[in-house]
Amino acid sequence: MILITLFFEFAGLSFVAFGGATALLPELHRVTVDHHHWLDDTTFTHLYAIAQAAPGPNVLVATLIGWEVAGLWGALAATLGLCLPMSVVIYGLVNRWERYSGQRWQQAIRLGVAPLAVGLVLSGATLITQAADFQWGAWAIVGITVMLNLRYAALHPLWLMAAGALIGLGGGL
Amino acid sequence: MTAEEFNAQLGLCQFLPGPNVVNLAVIVGKRYQGWRGALVAPLGLLTGPVLIVLVLARLYDHYGALPQVQSLLRGLAAVGCGLLFAMAWRMARAIPQKRVFWPFTVFTVSALALLRWPMPGVMAAGLLVSSGVAYWMLGRK
Repeated sequence: MILITLFFEFAGLSFVAFGGATALLPELHRVTVDHHHWLDDTTFTHLYAIAQAAPGPNVLVATLIGWEVAGLWGALAATLGLCLPMSVVIYGLVNRWERYSGQRWQQAIRLGVAPLAVGLVLSGATLITQAADFQWGAWAIVGITVMLNLRYAALHPLWLMAAGALIGLGGGL
Repeated sequence: MTAEEFNAQLGLCQFLPGPNVVNLAVIVGKRYQGWRGALVAPLGLLTGPVLIVLVLARLYDHYGALPQVQSLLRGLAAVGCGLLFAMAWRMARAIPQKRVFWPFTVFTVSALALLRWPMPGVMAAGLLVSSGVAYWMLGRK
């Protein structure tokens, strides 16, 4: 039963995930923590941290949430739920979309989505900082990461993550 | 596939909802091998990472309660947030007509992060108005 709920909750989310799984963080939090109480705030941020550090696409945060909620089948249900519906739509849509490329309504959607996508990413980051209950040390890491990432585009995020993990391990954030 | 074609497809995937890379794999797979490719490409892309993340999940179940692990994950989450804020900033800078479109960003953040409204409604309303404005502006030029 929970598998079916999990699949359909995530399937519904996939249609509003403008900007990919990252953009979904706010809604994932609302559904899994606030609404269903499948996870608490701490676990949610932990799963986010693991997905973020693991190799592979961002959608893996869904796999982890599914695992915590309902084990292996939960992980599969959540991942499929998030990936399958839009894959099917895109499969059917891609040729038609290319035919209309450059038309005014298509440009309008493209322009219109962008500011909302920014809002989604910002909301996700904000929610994580709230759920993780960051103290000054963690906030300092957030600030330094923003600075370094914007200033040195060539610096691979993995280095920053490794540094963050080590500071956490050593300093007790 | 040429770089231009790839960029065009990636653009489509980034802007459509759903996991970007999975969508991209579907498109590339379909293009070269029809429905079989569209099925196999995302599976190939996801299988390895899913296995890895499941191993990590088991480790987390065993050791997640340790204070050192919690602190380590907090450090990772902090870096993750920093990366997200930086990404949002870069995306926001790339938006044309900032005075017209940035308010929609403010609307989205207020509705989702502060008021915690459900995302589907917020996105549907935001997209309708924001694309409508864009449509009108495109017609004026």
